[in-house]
Amino acid sequence: MKYLLPLLLFIALSVFLAIGLKLNPREIPSPLIDKPAPAFNLPILATPEQRLSQTDFKGKVWLLNVWASWCVSCREEHPLLIELAKQNKVLLVGLNYKDEAQAANAWLSKHGNPYNVSVMDADGRVGIDYGVYGVPETFVIDKRGVVRYKHTGPAQPGELESIFLPLIEKLEAESA
Amino acid sequence: MKTLYALILCLFVYQAQAEIEYRDFKQPEQEQAYQTLISELRCLVCQNQTIADSNADLAKDLRRQVYEMLQQGKSRQDIVDFMTDRYGDFVMYKPALKLKTLLLWLGPVLFLVIGLATVWVLRSKTGSVSAQLSKEQQAKLNSILEKGDDA
Repeated sequence: MKYLLPLLLFIALSVFLAIGLKLNPREIPSPLIDKPAPAFNLPILATPEQRLSQTDFKGKVWLLNVWASWCVSCREEHPLLIELAKQNKVLLVGLNYKDEAQAANAWLSKHGNPYNVSVMDADGRVGIDYGVYGVPETFVIDKRGVVRYKHTGPAQPGELESIFLPLIEKLEAESA
Repeated sequence: MKTLYALILCLFVYQAQAEIEYRDFKQPEQEQAYQTLISELRCLVCQNQTIADSNADLAKDLRRQVYEMLQQGKSRQDIVDFMTDRYGDFVMYKPALKLKTLLLWLGPVLFLVIGLATVWVLRSKTGSVSAQLSKEQQAKLNSILEKGDDA
């Protein structure tokens, strides 16, 4: 009986520490969820004389994937994006973040281009508006232009099926 | 001795490199606000550094952002709101006092109170043990103490 209280305290502490170990400190909840996707007006990577803005995707479910040729984990995520592009279920927009057009184009021709279109955020200002801090990052945006989900860091194998595809399907069913 | 001085000076080389970024301010208050802000904002890439301390690319961009907003005449609150709108409360090194962060703020006080209460309970328990001596025991104790005095 005398040791019951310390034992209970110990168990409680262990549970808290165990939860702490499982949490990912790099995963910071985005304040953008359920808010309109921040505005941008950026040149297209392939054709820099043309520009795109977030309003151009109104009425469509789209993914904004933040990537760069200097980003090592983007290589890791790349096969998944190729896989997603093959299924042709969603508009995949690339935000080429703090990169050089030449390096970015070379990267795409070397590894394959999963993006329907990529826009260039050379000085990273749009990145700040989207709260980007760990490339690659992926935003899922609905038909009304509202951010519904954010994934920080490379998407892991299996997450396409467990997270992205079901969410895309759900958002496709919503009215614009 | 000269070698020693040289070695000590080497310790400051890194610091000197970190200070290389030059910002031009029209008023000293603005510079003060800039310095305060960048030492309160967290660099999200290297999470245990402020953007003042960090050399990460994102920290540079955020310092530029703070500088530009100050130049545009934005207030401290405007800049804090700008950052928390994008990166969440985590971007502030000192978290805001909200219902969500209440435990964070009151936790240390709470633990102090628990600790003090535990000490108090334990002390009052040992106190009651000495009070539980019977009359005979008390007499024996007294006699031992007196003998001790004589010796």
